[in-house]
Amino acid sequence: MKAYWWKILAILLLAYTIIEGLLIDVPRLPILNETIRGLFFHVTMWFGMLIMLVVAVVYGVRHLRTGSLADDDMAVEFTNGAILFGVIGITTGMVWAKFTWGDFWTNDPKLNASAIGLLMYFAYLVLRNSLTDVYQRAKISAVYSIFAFAVFIPLIFILPRLTDSLHPGNGGNPGFNAYDMDSNLRKVFYPAIIGWTLLGAWISTVRVRIRRLERNLEDKLINQ
Amino acid sequence: MKKFIIIFLFFISFFVKAQDKIGITEEDYQNSGVEMADKMRSEGKIYVLVSIIGIVLGGILVYVIQTDRKISGLEKKYND
Repeated sequence: MKAYWWKILAILLLAYTIIEGLLIDVPRLPILNETIRGLFFHVTMWFGMLIMLVVAVVYGVRHLRTGSLADDDMAVEFTNGAILFGVIGITTGMVWAKFTWGDFWTNDPKLNASAIGLLMYFAYLVLRNSLTDVYQRAKISAVYSIFAFAVFIPLIFILPRLTDSLHPGNGGNPGFNAYDMDSNLRKVFYPAIIGWTLLGAWISTVRVRIRRLERNLEDKLINQ
Repeated sequence: MKKFIIIFLFFISFFVKAQDKIGITEEDYQNSGVEMADKMRSEGKIYVLVSIIGIVLGGILVYVIQTDRKISGLEKKYND
């Protein structure tokens, strides 16, 4: 964790996201209006969450192969970071829904599915804390996170697209669905995903280092 | 052989489309029938907003950097 160039990259990309995200010309679409800029802030939270969950699953699998607790640290802290992003994503979505659809929560398939997805990850934290043996905790939570991830992807990406959903980009709705064709929005959207994800990874790795230091200190005290 | 199949599947996935897209045209950028925050932009107030959010982000980043340096210092102390 000595390399720090990606932290500078994260700062630059986030500065670019906020300045350009608010200032560039965006397509003038009905209903969405200026809120199309939520693409750079709300949608990127979910993308960041997803990338961090992939990292968590990879380290979970690595833990199952090696049995090393250092891998478990990465897995749990990246899941924590992903949950933070998910909570921010759902809260920003609720604010947007209040002003666009008139209610904080509608029983839209996309919304309910993402709520279920988040609850699954809350259950992950509860499961972890209910086990006292560190190796057992690491192993069970690694297995759980693999299964949770496998359910999470269809829940938030596939199922809402199979039914009617009001959420932009789902159920044949225009809105963000159209951004795929628009290079102007892409110019900020992709850097924004990378920027937010790097920030999440940064916070997660700092917490991983705290965990490892804590464990090393404990080991030292026990062996004294 | 396995690698070849993976690369092949990867390439055909580029041409797969899940949904029909509705394209955005130049007209969508000129469409003044849709209300946007044009007044705020013309008054330059948008720059106030940009600086406010910029400061918030800056504050969070400074906090993260401080935490990062603190843990680096502790790690160093531990290794000595």
